[in-house]
Amino acid sequence: MARFAIKKQHVPIIASTALLILIFAAGSLRYTGFFSLQVLLNLLIDNAFLLIVAVGMTFVILSGGIDLSVGSVIALTTMLSAALIEQAGWPPAVVIPLVLALGTSMGAGMGAIIHYYRIQPFIVTLAGMFLARGLCFVISINAITIKDPFYVTMAQTRVPIPGGNFISISVIIALAVLAAAIWLAHFTRFGRCVYAIGGNEYSALLMGLPVGRTKVLIYAFSGFCSALAGVVFTFYMLSGYGLHALGLELDTIAAVVIGGTLLTGGVGYVFGTFLGVMLQGIIQTIISFEGTLSSWWTKIVIGVLLLLFILLQRLLSSRGEVREA
Amino acid sequence: MQEREPLLVMSDIHKAFPGVQALSGVHFRLFPGEIHALMGENGAGKSTLIKVLTGVYPADRGEIRLEGRVIQPHSPLEAQMLGISTVYQEVNLCPNLSVAENILIGREPRRFGRIRWKAMNEEARRLLEERLHLRIDVTRPLGSYSVAIQQLVAIARALNISAKVLILDEPTSSLDRGEVEQLFSVMRKLREDGLAILFVTHFLDQVYEVSDRITVLRNGRLIGEHLTENLPRLELVSQMIGKELKELEELPKEESRVADWAEKTLEAVGVGRKGSVEPFDLGIGKGEIVGMAGLLGSGRTEAARLLFGADRADQGRFVMSGEDTVIHSPRQAIDKGIAFCSENRKTEGIIDELSVRENIIAALQASQGWFRALSRKRQEELADEYIRALNIYPPNPEIPVKNLSGGNQQKVLLARWLLTHPKLLILDEPTRGIDVGAKAEIQKLILSLAREGMSVLFISSELEEVLRISHRIAVMRDRRKVSEIAGEDISRERVMKAIAGG
Repeated sequence: MARFAIKKQHVPIIASTALLILIFAAGSLRYTGFFSLQVLLNLLIDNAFLLIVAVGMTFVILSGGIDLSVGSVIALTTMLSAALIEQAGWPPAVVIPLVLALGTSMGAGMGAIIHYYRIQPFIVTLAGMFLARGLCFVISINAITIKDPFYVTMAQTRVPIPGGNFISISVIIALAVLAAAIWLAHFTRFGRCVYAIGGNEYSALLMGLPVGRTKVLIYAFSGFCSALAGVVFTFYMLSGYGLHALGLELDTIAAVVIGGTLLTGGVGYVFGTFLGVMLQGIIQTIISFEGTLSSWWTKIVIGVLLLLFILLQRLLSSRGEVREA
Repeated sequence: MQEREPLLVMSDIHKAFPGVQALSGVHFRLFPGEIHALMGENGAGKSTLIKVLTGVYPADRGEIRLEGRVIQPHSPLEAQMLGISTVYQEVNLCPNLSVAENILIGREPRRFGRIRWKAMNEEARRLLEERLHLRIDVTRPLGSYSVAIQQLVAIARALNISAKVLILDEPTSSLDRGEVEQLFSVMRKLREDGLAILFVTHFLDQVYEVSDRITVLRNGRLIGEHLTENLPRLELVSQMIGKELKELEELPKEESRVADWAEKTLEAVGVGRKGSVEPFDLGIGKGEIVGMAGLLGSGRTEAARLLFGADRADQGRFVMSGEDTVIHSPRQAIDKGIAFCSENRKTEGIIDELSVRENIIAALQASQGWFRALSRKRQEELADEYIRALNIYPPNPEIPVKNLSGGNQQKVLLARWLLTHPKLLILDEPTRGIDVGAKAEIQKLILSLAREGMSVLFISSELEEVLRISHRIAVMRDRRKVSEIAGEDISRERVMKAIAGG
């Protein structure tokens, strides 16, 4: 492979980047007002919560697992926040740490069940998904609107950046999570252990890596990210509702896979997930700019993209196998 | 070689598993700067000994001393910390991580919790180059390298952790000739560095090529420890198999072996598969029983799998009834009248939950296609017929086959294939794990099938058996067919010499 300047493991990321640029260029040519920094920034504003969950999901998928509970945990977070603040009158300074702790411990619990009882992550997190979604409706069947001044401030504050554009506070949170996750994945023992588990869990164990602890931490981290995404989502929607973020787990998985992470684990980059989220966002933007298309077209395009990326990965990995033989 | 202080001493090791005494009173020593081969057939206790040493199992009795101190590792990890590392045949590393990470993960150089990639790559590169003379790009994923390189990386990881004792458990099984050479030169280098290396292999040539000392185990007992130069090959083989050379000519001659077997049922010409079996010629005449002898891992099963198409031959050709033919899959082999009773009765043959009847008709039904079902009545007739013919006990076609003894299960499997009226029947260890009476019955059955004109390829680890019923014996060693002995020439000594080679 030395003849090529591009390393094989970077191909999916390069493909995602190229696609992102291509779509942005196409949109800019086709629609007036598309070619602006603010359009890109809006991608971030509208998808901050998705980016945060997807980052957590990236670790889960890198380790060879899956977390289906993320959408429900977001819904539960919005619901619990809204109920505690609006109905119980608790201050946000208590509520936010509480919901974050709750999401984290729920994730850790699922991770522990997955590891110590050797149950497939799919089933455990599916149970978690139903549990969290059901709990929302125990709190209330209806949506609860949030009028708390702190939440309203967080929702409406525009952080100006040079050039007359702006982002939201949620974007800052999301980017901070992204940066921390990149550090975590590539420069800490925890991160490398995640990759090792995704490569071969048994080997990781034999190499003396703390497999059990790492797996629990992975799901705890994903739970934390979901809860944080839930908080950000609450800022975005200013309401708590049991039907919020319905099916979001699948959008999240799609974003991670389009970002070049292998579903079988062990291969991928956190930054790729960022690109995956941006791609989903830009497709949505294009379709809303088009005006005549229904928003379901987003799903269709995402579906096609997902398929293409999985085929690309298959192609790359099978070529690798042939070379080994 | 002068006697030095051994680095590691295992004394009077006992280990029992339910129903089996795996090790009884085994002594074992490892010297620094020596390559020590641990030899023995299947079930001799090699792997149990290694597992006791590396803390996978605790010993029931006995003591392990490393550099004079008593040690009691409770896990492979603890053993590693003490300086005992193992590299297995199947590389236990992560193919998705870079070579450098695989060597150093868990002990990466860090600063304030941040992994220093540059320093890590540098250290890995230095380690591979200085200790193993291996120059590769350490930033590439491990999976992009050959198994041989991956093994060297595994060794490098072991060396980096500790390295007083290095255990290589069948490291050469999946390597080709050149790769084995590379591994050996690394082993010699490490020996010079003063490491004690425990080498387990089935290849006799390799033992004599690289080892300094040999310990032979048989049935969980220590048979002997010898300097390699003082132990002739034949003596080694006889120690491993457990038969004295003087027991020679005592086998009863079966009928005279005269027929010339001119009409070949199947002829393999230069058939081989890279990394599995070197090209060999083998013809099996109509009504002939060809025995295949050799130590475990000598390529017996691999050769049989090629003939059946279970593995695809990548060179050579097959001739059946005078015509060139292709055998690319078991399906084709079955269509051409070849049947294969595999050595793994449990995993590859018998379907535990199904009844004796269903097990017996499985292959016939498969060859007819599932849409032309055999009538229940026909099934029962066939099952009854073969239960009678093979003396399957209990003679009840409707009980689940898992309730039968090993010998009777084997007969059910045999019945399954006989039902398809094969021209060539390949039997891989048909008598393993069954009692003496059942063994004799199966042998008798094979002889009578051959008299009726069926060709049989008979593979067995038990030399007596092969000697007793074969008309001709093909001997395998180190994945090569090394010799063919026929008729009057068949004798225990000749076969053993061929197995030992050298």
